[in-house]
Amino acid sequence: MNSILAYIKNIYHGVSTLLKGMAITGHYIVRPKEIITQQYPENRATLKMFDKFRGEVILTHDENNEHRCTGCSACEVACPNGTIEIISKREMIDGKPKKVIDKFVYHLSMCTFCNLCILSCPTDAIIMSQDFEHAVFDRSELTKVLNKPDSKLMEGVR
Amino acid sequence: MNIYDFTGLMQSIHESLSESLSPTMVTVVEFTLVALAFMTFFTLLGLILVYAERKVAAFFQLRLGPMRVGKWGLAQTIADAIKLIFKEPLITKGADKFLFNLAPFIVILSTIMALGALPFAKGLHALDFDIGILYVAAVSSLGVIGILIAGWSSDNKYSLIGAMRSGAQVVSYELSVGLSLLTIVVLTGTLQFSEIIESQRAGWWIFRGHIPAFIAFVIFIIAGTAETNRGPFDLAEAESELTAGFHTEYSGIKFSFFFLAEFVNMFIIAGIGATVFFGGWMPFHIGNWSGFNQVMDLIPGIFWFFGKVSFLIFLMMWFKWTFPRLRIDQLLTLEWKYLLPINLVNLILMAFIVLMGWHF
Repeated sequence: MNSILAYIKNIYHGVSTLLKGMAITGHYIVRPKEIITQQYPENRATLKMFDKFRGEVILTHDENNEHRCTGCSACEVACPNGTIEIISKREMIDGKPKKVIDKFVYHLSMCTFCNLCILSCPTDAIIMSQDFEHAVFDRSELTKVLNKPDSKLMEGVR
Repeated sequence: MNIYDFTGLMQSIHESLSESLSPTMVTVVEFTLVALAFMTFFTLLGLILVYAERKVAAFFQLRLGPMRVGKWGLAQTIADAIKLIFKEPLITKGADKFLFNLAPFIVILSTIMALGALPFAKGLHALDFDIGILYVAAVSSLGVIGILIAGWSSDNKYSLIGAMRSGAQVVSYELSVGLSLLTIVVLTGTLQFSEIIESQRAGWWIFRGHIPAFIAFVIFIIAGTAETNRGPFDLAEAESELTAGFHTEYSGIKFSFFFLAEFVNMFIIAGIGATVFFGGWMPFHIGNWSGFNQVMDLIPGIFWFFGKVSFLIFLMMWFKWTFPRLRIDQLLTLEWKYLLPINLVNLILMAFIVLMGWHF
């Protein structure tokens, strides 16, 4: 008798779990608004990547063409595959020689988007952008200089 | 009811042919016409069902499915078909060439033979045997011979394993399909499709047959899904384990034969289910509500048939895109330890109900 009861219980359990699964997919099919597919080239104007998306490293500049990079090379040291090269120079500021960046070289072709440089930056100078269209016609275009010409260190960042 | 009757149309075609041709020629011409009609229907059905399957699957998984070719991707399957026709039909080196080329045709043949016996509307019925259900059950399972031949002749271990699984599966589940249909045959007392439909004039068997009819329907749809080798019973193909199962070595048009046959088989199973449990082309009638019944009669029978079939096909797609694939031992356990005993008890229950006259 017990085995028959277990058999019927088994059938009931099986059917109920199957119906639960069907309820989930049934929930989806009647809600076409929840579809997550992006029709990419058509919706290029409105497409917004999610906040933590890692597109490429950029050096942020404000409206006065000033950045926050002190040239400390912490990102260069943190980078596991030599993507970042900081080329610095000496400049006389207020009569004292001071180290500033000449070129912030970023090799996009070698970057694995691991985010370690952003985490290691003590002055929050670099961030990951949302841009994901990296295709170019020549490999040399993937080597970028991130600091804009004539940009200088922001006041008060050290 | 009479305005949607195709019997008159068929009769007039027959008479107009008889005027100018000898009786033998009339038969030949009619055979050709019917064959052409079914070939066209088969192809169209394949194209539509493949598109429907892809769209339904996409919406179940919160995707959009094909969207590029034509509006809403409507021309996608046509493009796929053209691609498949122009592909090179490859044959493996060690393959048995005769059997390898024969296998897709056996699969197609069994599918078209079964399709011929389905009643699409009143009078739109190519073969109305007095043993219709038996005939359809017999020829629709002939396709497994084609699958076995395909697996054997391909000279490929995946094909062979897939074919053997398919054989075990169809042999097992054929029992459940047959017994669940038999449960309704107990009610109707006939195996002829046209008479089964006629017996549902007052109401469909799934409503009139109490719980046993419903249980029989559930078992039928499970076993029917298994018989067409569709997910969650697609062990014969099992992309993740056997690359593509029995049709691994097939390419081009021969592959598309297997592919189309799977979809049309689904249509056939849904067609049998719609005819036996949901009254085929018979409109939805409720007992003595003559006003309601007359409104329902205004909808042509062919729409009723295809509506019911679409519903059942949707149900089978729902299964496929919800449930994970069974293992071979789970598959056989489900059939021999669950479906078959329940089915036998259900059959006895139904026989008892009919004996006591408890059905509506």
